[in-house]
Amino acid sequence: MDFSNTEEQQMLQESVQKFVYKSYDFDTRNKIIATEKGFSDENWELFAELGWLTVPFQEEDGGFGGSAVDLVVMMEEFGKAMLVEPFVATTVLAGGLISEQGSAQQKAELLPKIMEGKLQLACAYAEPGSRFNLANIKTLAVADGDNIVLNGSKTAVLNGSNAEVLLVVARESGAVTDTTGVSVFMVDATSDGVSIQAFANVDGKKSAEITLKDVSVPATARLGEAESALPALTAVVARATLAVSAEAVGAMEAMLHKTVEYSKTRKQFGTAIGTFQALQHRMADMFIECQLARSIVIMAAMKLDGGEDAMEKSKAVSAAKSRIGKAINNVGQEAIQIHGGIAMTEELDVGHLFKLVTAAEIMFGNTDYHTERFASL
Amino acid sequence: MNADFTAEELQFEQEVREFLQNDFPAEYREKVDAGIRLSKEELVHWQKILYKKGWAAPNWPAEYGGTGWTATKKHIFATEMGLIGAPEPVPFGMKMVAPVIMAYGSDEQKQRFLPDILESNVWWCQGYSEPNAGSDLASLKTSAVRDGDEYVVNGSKTWNTYGQYADWIFCLVRTDNSVKKQEGISFLLIDMKTPGITLKPIVLLDGHAEVNEVFFDDVRVPANNLIGEENKGWTYAKVLLTHERTNISGVPRGKRRLAALKRLAKNTDDGFGSTMLDNASFRTKLAELEIELQALEYSELRTLAALSVGNAPGPESSILKIVGTELAQEMDEMFVDLAGYHCLPFVPEQFEDGFQGEAIGPGNSAAAALTYFNNRKLSIFGGSNEIQRNIISKAVLGL
Repeated sequence: MDFSNTEEQQMLQESVQKFVYKSYDFDTRNKIIATEKGFSDENWELFAELGWLTVPFQEEDGGFGGSAVDLVVMMEEFGKAMLVEPFVATTVLAGGLISEQGSAQQKAELLPKIMEGKLQLACAYAEPGSRFNLANIKTLAVADGDNIVLNGSKTAVLNGSNAEVLLVVARESGAVTDTTGVSVFMVDATSDGVSIQAFANVDGKKSAEITLKDVSVPATARLGEAESALPALTAVVARATLAVSAEAVGAMEAMLHKTVEYSKTRKQFGTAIGTFQALQHRMADMFIECQLARSIVIMAAMKLDGGEDAMEKSKAVSAAKSRIGKAINNVGQEAIQIHGGIAMTEELDVGHLFKLVTAAEIMFGNTDYHTERFASL
Repeated sequence: MNADFTAEELQFEQEVREFLQNDFPAEYREKVDAGIRLSKEELVHWQKILYKKGWAAPNWPAEYGGTGWTATKKHIFATEMGLIGAPEPVPFGMKMVAPVIMAYGSDEQKQRFLPDILESNVWWCQGYSEPNAGSDLASLKTSAVRDGDEYVVNGSKTWNTYGQYADWIFCLVRTDNSVKKQEGISFLLIDMKTPGITLKPIVLLDGHAEVNEVFFDDVRVPANNLIGEENKGWTYAKVLLTHERTNISGVPRGKRRLAALKRLAKNTDDGFGSTMLDNASFRTKLAELEIELQALEYSELRTLAALSVGNAPGPESSILKIVGTELAQEMDEMFVDLAGYHCLPFVPEQFEDGFQGEAIGPGNSAAAALTYFNNRKLSIFGGSNEIQRNIISKAVLGL
């Protein structure tokens, strides 16, 4: 039993910390968010150079190894810095889906480009009426000669406005919530019939609503085998769920740290507010929440890396996401409350961390959803 | 990063499991499952079985007859004990006074007291809290005045667990009134048979008198029963409190009780043609408990992993205490919830050893409320959960 980081993990962590310290302070981040693109190409190139984009991928695909614990180490640091670059969207989600579902040829063609930072992707799975049910796919894929025609609407497509290729999850057969009959198609974002409505989420990350109207793609655009994509999508979303959970752990630790430091300097009634026991106990509770959150994320990462079956892995991820959600509400809301009015302003970073964890609570299934999923598995 | 045991640890786990299956008496196991208290004789008997195996004192160093186990092995042992419901050794001798004697006692004291603790020949109890010194323990007033080769002790102690069984008591006493309150305290060992000691049982909300008030009226104690130096008792007492907080999370017992809750829920009608396991709100609460237990388990493993690479137990044990006790109390509420009307009969005697009458209610449902009442103590004793939060804010957050 050993819960310390390996040397490699420590190097990874230090590499992210060094980058954040040098090039990613709060003002810089705000400037990046204010651009139309919403992230920095220069940073993305650097991430590729530093090897970060290889972390989610298996060694046989040319990656760093695909360990969930490595991913957690990295995402925690991203969370502390509120990094907005589309790491989860392009590498964990879309890259992960290609790696899980793609044919050998598709993998060989696309994965190196992702790892080299030369390809932006987005995974269009959620739909306006699907909530968190991955099997709820109304977007239809209908054969038309050698082509496939796609029709439907997609929501919450992270990085949707910057992706060159969209991975569109669509139904080829079966009823709306059937777990079979679902395929994934690679769609050029500039194709006829694709309309993309771009916006930034509350956490500053770019997202999009996408409609597909008679979008025609060749059958070779299908990722891997037909009508069998749901298990791959489920596994990939599990990784992404873990990734945002770890991101939230980092952000919560930053909030705790900032709140404690602020309470030591902010004076009211002639004394630092951190001397008030009413606040001390609440900060102690924030600390406990941060620790439990980190513990359960580590648990889930270890289970994903371990030999457990798919059901145990799903349960572990749902346990983590459920518990993280509880911690998010406590730590996020208390950070705002203890800072007081100043945390309501846009100029202070704490409010932005709060928005980040709020988004994390919802992404890939909120607390209630994952608690119920845990109970039903 | 990994949570795996080594091959040797796995083998040890198997050995512990087999030992407990074979040597933890079946009748005790049945009693524990039925919520019936084990008697003093039964507890001592079980401890002597552990002693014969050489496993009486997992936390003691080998030189005093302890197991000398690594932190991981201690964890494995505690886990298996908890899963089967085997009582841990009564803590007052083994986990509380013994580490203090080892660290600060004289050689003569070590030889005189430690072997009998190890063999469970002598039952110890605790003389810490007083009616007016609870969380603020250092304000204690029981006095010990030196008179020749003796101390004369006067005052009273409270929340003394199982003093009715005890042969000896370890006490914090005031030996100097003229200094800061922490600096005038001494650590004294007192034979319970000494004239001038009287015990008054305190009946708790569950109808059982597991604690007492202890009165000292001109009790003459040989001066060589003083541990270490006079007026240094507060330092020694703090060492004891750290030891008290090991294994405090109660994860194994929590797992056992969670399994019991699931079994019980499956066999409890919801009154509408289904079982409580299918009741939506009960199911959600159960899932939340199970998730919390996992978060706690991994927090404990992280603490343990840090210990096994040589770090001292830090304020993390405060987290384990707070979360572990609050979780146990939530489980108590779930048992009450499941029992419904059947938790209302107040018949504590049916859970005492040797009860011959006709039991009321299905299973031990009438124990649910009693346990719920009794376990409110968990967040109060061993440094209340508010004191633990003080420790976190000071020692961790630097507030």
